[in-house]
Amino acid sequence: MPPHDIPHDNFLQDSAPLGRADVETRRALRVGIGGPVGSGKTTLVGALCALLRDGLSIVVVTNDIFTSEDADALREAAALPTERIVAVETGCCPHTAIRDDIAANLDAVEQLEKLHGDVDLTLVESGGDNLTAIFSRGLVDVQIFVLDTAGGDDVPRKGGPGVAMADLLVINKVDLAQYVGSDVDRMLSDARDRRDGRPVIPTSLVDQLGARDVAEWVTAQIAARRR
Amino acid sequence: MLIDGRFPAGGHTNSAGVEAAARIGDVRDDATLERYLIGRVATTGKVDAAFCAHVAALTDPTDALLAEIDAEYSARVPSPKLRDASRRFGRQMLRAGSTVWSGPIVDVVARSASGAHQPVVLGAFAAAAGGTPHDAAALSFHHLAAAVTSAAIRLLGLDPMTVAAAQARVGREVDQWMVDADSWATSPVAELPACGGSLTEILAEDHGRWDARLFVA
Repeated sequence: MPPHDIPHDNFLQDSAPLGRADVETRRALRVGIGGPVGSGKTTLVGALCALLRDGLSIVVVTNDIFTSEDADALREAAALPTERIVAVETGCCPHTAIRDDIAANLDAVEQLEKLHGDVDLTLVESGGDNLTAIFSRGLVDVQIFVLDTAGGDDVPRKGGPGVAMADLLVINKVDLAQYVGSDVDRMLSDARDRRDGRPVIPTSLVDQLGARDVAEWVTAQIAARRR
Repeated sequence: MLIDGRFPAGGHTNSAGVEAAARIGDVRDDATLERYLIGRVATTGKVDAAFCAHVAALTDPTDALLAEIDAEYSARVPSPKLRDASRRFGRQMLRAGSTVWSGPIVDVVARSASGAHQPVVLGAFAAAAGGTPHDAAALSFHHLAAAVTSAAIRLLGLDPMTVAAAQARVGREVDQWMVDADSWATSPVAELPACGGSLTEILAEDHGRWDARLFVA
């Protein structure tokens, strides 16, 4: 079954969009997960769901080019039922869909949250994009930017909105540093120089426990929102 | 703002059938794109423009009237996938437009029981923004042409300069039909054009079942 269709068949069509008024009242924390192609966004989403699903009601909106195979892999990793994951079409413009024109994503997020009612955490995964991509504040409450150690240790030094402004920067695949000649310490210190005190977490998501620190950060964000 | 493709109503995720047409080779270069565009504006484009103008001309919009318009438009779009997409684009435009324009027609459209179709929402905002039915029809044609051409540029890597020229040529064809806008505004809704294209509907159903796609429709 095409992954785009699964929850849409269940979507309610009987009410107008919620609009901006729900920002104060809605329950779910909306977390954007962005970063270049292959940096580990989908793996992180799967690991976060697996680590947090027992305590939280989670839904996932992904902007990746999403086949049934991807959907099955994410569902398996995330251990989330089918109707909690939906893929959004981005019209070949992944950055537009999360930043300039968030209509399609906002629609999917609102419909999923409405469908399940009790959602604590909504993860919005961007399509793989370049370093200038960033989520609109109209779509997510906080955002995580994921870099790949093997993608070049000069990337944090280059900066860009994702590296500089994301609420959490994850430098993933640190286990590969020794094979590709990347200097993780330098990546971390370059990143911290650009981020005005916002956190940076090195990860290795070869197993889901590698995402524990990120999961703790997400849990703290949910707690902070509810205070 | 309603003309601007950057208006955040999700238009960039609509290929107006180009993604499906490109896969079967119906759109593959400048010439086939122009042929496709003429085909679309002359069929579904005319239907959408007529409904858009009709809604923009409503002086006393009621829930019953909008329900009738919804039923008439739905009957002109046999593909369930395409009807869903139209309501989704309508919902997205309603969200974006409601932050800018208001008025009785917008209120009635917003509470439409099944979620209004995109041309209905566009017509409502065209009127709320002070546009005429003629303006609404022109807007509707423009949205279709922009969706077709920008999707073709992104999916096939066509030259944006030659595509812009093709869009202008087709636009001049469309200008000749704009004299009908006044009759679309005043005629009974059941008598609005019903000249959608069957291949559009068939391809939309196929596209809606693809395993992975880049555009909603």
